[in-house]
Amino acid sequence: MIPELGHFALILALCLALVQASFPLIGSLNGTRSWMTMARPLAYGQLVFIGIAFLCLVEAFLTSDFSVRYVAENSNSLLPDIYKVSAVWGAHEGSLLLWALFMAAWGAAVAAFSKGLPLAVVARVIAVQGMIAIGFLLFMLLTSNPFERLFPVPPEGRDLNPLLQDPGLAIHPPMLYMGYVGFSVAFAFAIAALIGGKLDSAWARWSRPWTTVAWIFLTIGIALGSWWAYYELGWGGWWFWDPVENASLMPWLVGTALIHSLAVTEKRAAFKSWTVLLAISAFSLSLLGTFLVRSGVLTSVHAFATDPTRGAFILVFLCVVIGGSLALYAWRAPAVSEGGHFHLLSRETALLANNLLFAAFTILVLFGTLAPLIYEALNLGKISVGFPYFNKMFLALAPFLALVMGIGAATRWKRDEPLRLLKLLWLAMAVSIAVLVIGLTTDIIGGGAWVAIGLALATWLLASHLVVLRDRLKHKGLGGLSADLRGHGRSFYGMWVAHIGVVLFIVGVTMVQSFQQEVDIRMSPGDVHEIAGYRFEFLGAEPKDGPNYRAQRGHFRVYDGDKQIAELYPEKRSYLGGGMPMTEAAIDAGLLRDIYVSLGEPVGGGDWALRLYYKPYVRWIWLAAILMAIGGGLAVSDPRYRTANRRQTAPVPSGQAATAGARA
Amino acid sequence: MSETTQSSTVQADGEPKARRRTWAFLTPLIIFGVLAGLLFWGLGQDPREVPSPLIGKPIPTFTLPSLDARELQVSDADLKGRVSLVNVWASWCASCRAEHGMLMALADEPDFQIVGLNWKDDRADALAVLMATGNPYDRVGYDPDNKVGLNFGVYGAPETFVIDREGVIRYKHIGPIDRRVWDETLQPLVAKLAAED
Repeated sequence: MIPELGHFALILALCLALVQASFPLIGSLNGTRSWMTMARPLAYGQLVFIGIAFLCLVEAFLTSDFSVRYVAENSNSLLPDIYKVSAVWGAHEGSLLLWALFMAAWGAAVAAFSKGLPLAVVARVIAVQGMIAIGFLLFMLLTSNPFERLFPVPPEGRDLNPLLQDPGLAIHPPMLYMGYVGFSVAFAFAIAALIGGKLDSAWARWSRPWTTVAWIFLTIGIALGSWWAYYELGWGGWWFWDPVENASLMPWLVGTALIHSLAVTEKRAAFKSWTVLLAISAFSLSLLGTFLVRSGVLTSVHAFATDPTRGAFILVFLCVVIGGSLALYAWRAPAVSEGGHFHLLSRETALLANNLLFAAFTILVLFGTLAPLIYEALNLGKISVGFPYFNKMFLALAPFLALVMGIGAATRWKRDEPLRLLKLLWLAMAVSIAVLVIGLTTDIIGGGAWVAIGLALATWLLASHLVVLRDRLKHKGLGGLSADLRGHGRSFYGMWVAHIGVVLFIVGVTMVQSFQQEVDIRMSPGDVHEIAGYRFEFLGAEPKDGPNYRAQRGHFRVYDGDKQIAELYPEKRSYLGGGMPMTEAAIDAGLLRDIYVSLGEPVGGGDWALRLYYKPYVRWIWLAAILMAIGGGLAVSDPRYRTANRRQTAPVPSGQAATAGARA
Repeated sequence: MSETTQSSTVQADGEPKARRRTWAFLTPLIIFGVLAGLLFWGLGQDPREVPSPLIGKPIPTFTLPSLDARELQVSDADLKGRVSLVNVWASWCASCRAEHGMLMALADEPDFQIVGLNWKDDRADALAVLMATGNPYDRVGYDPDNKVGLNFGVYGAPETFVIDREGVIRYKHIGPIDRRVWDETLQPLVAKLAAED
């Protein structure tokens, strides 16, 4: 009964979405106020009904209702309750429902937090979100109904994919989806602006906090995925350039470009049509990511559900959404004036360079991801593009990005004096060049040329940002810092913190790639092995049973000199539901290094094949993501957005609005 | 720093420029059109389907050094007389690691042998993987330069060929083997081939 209720709620949500996509939009075009005011209640209704459907599915999982096919295929009565809940989004149908739920939540959030916006804009934005919701609800109801019944009812479920039975992966998809779907708000704002023909600073200011929040979620989601792969897949890597990873990276790259481009559009009314294109692209790439994961066009570790009919549906949906919005763009954007002229040496130029680099990187990732398909289509044979290609691309572009970042943060809008900039940045330049030279010519740092370059870039970024901070606080003193943080300065500190995140990222990647040590070794109980100054004592492995798996648990003592610093218990698990043994690595985490042990295979007589790793600075990679997210949070919390919104209720010409925003 | 930005001068653009720019604004749409066409085409080509013209043909003759012992060789003769799974893998391939556990579970099955084709890989890296995670293969050929892979029509790892006793390629699976693939596709086929004559 309850699954039917869920199914019915989805159908009702679809009916609401149809109304939501049409009436408010038409109302906004012919000025019918009563039709426009329908938008907000419809957005709330959407959330209520999809929320009901979602709860129904959660209930089916918690009560192990195996008469529901989706539950039978992805759960098991032995599964711990927490994973019963996360199993809801463990496969295709439930992921879609989660996606739809978040879509509705973002819609309701727009409805709730848009009091200062003109009604016509709100109506259009919510209508565009309704259109996207129609697509997803239709997709679910026609091809992937999570509430489909199964008869005869199996006595036991098939169990959740063991790879997904992990706290990191339980929250990774929701974070990622929040990010993906969050870009739909920026997308909807852009489409609404194109429909209305008014792309101005106000539009950019409304879009900014939404875009940043979506970007925060995506950042955390990607970092969680990377962290999960690091400890769960058992071979110590943190990024694999897998098509599914790339699918989440591309919206992030474009989203990052969008955040910076929106800044220019808001403050200087420039880059307007480019910003709109980025807003469309960020969401389009999110959809494309879903398509690539779900359709089976590309094979991947993560592609746990693939089905060509579903692929065809998503592709048609993709064409309608992306094709439609790009056509609208081609039609309306040429009429948009490109305002805000600027000089070669200005923050606009630096941000333009940022945008071009991010766009180039996105295109290269997209090409690399689709290359197997492109080659086949052109009859060039089949290829697979792996690590080397992507790493080369990354190494070719990242240094420029870091260079521009240091300059951009220090540069003024519109026009800057080379001399002022030089006076400001000479120390940062000198220090980073010194690091480069020392790294290249001496053995103090060790490692190769890449270590020197990486650390020099990190130094440059850190130093230039410290200089910028000092410059800002020069006249205010430290009291100015707290005043800034309480008031309108938060977006500056958001930028600053996020950029320091990039410093950590560069250091982390450079150090771990250059100085990590790993060893594959056979050890008997009592054996001792030393890597990177740490001694690993293997005390043997014993069987240990979990709720739905059997495991062999190894026991290690790790010594630094004579001092014992950690006891580690790596596991090898066999889940009762399926035959794939899983590795649970044991990690002694530290700020400056991780010690990582993963259990291979028993090789007889109590001996085990093992993998020992020393991973310096690997945590910094995820710390970087956390700092970026905090930076995003600071920027969003800037009261500027709220006061500016209120001011916007009175009609203000775009130029003045930009000024007001910048001064606020 | 910049929060105290000067007043902005928004300048309306020259109108005639807009007409020239129309094409520029169409570019994203055109690019997406090409991309969509490619994806539609790709959808028709199920990458897990059998694209190999070699199905039903005898395996190409080859001789490769063995991965784990330089003096020994692996050749097409080793694939005759028993049903074989030829698994193409590499240490750099994430999906191969995902299917490795499944191969380990199959390693002791008596009906068939599993022959590895270590492809575009480095010997030390490949050996390290087998050392750490176990060796499911009865023997492994080492093909760093894609010489044999080319003749087999390998385009990516992992791929798995099912070869009958006569040395005829009967099936090719692209992508990792998981429990479902094994139960629904490969196991029935292997059982059938093992039961032949």
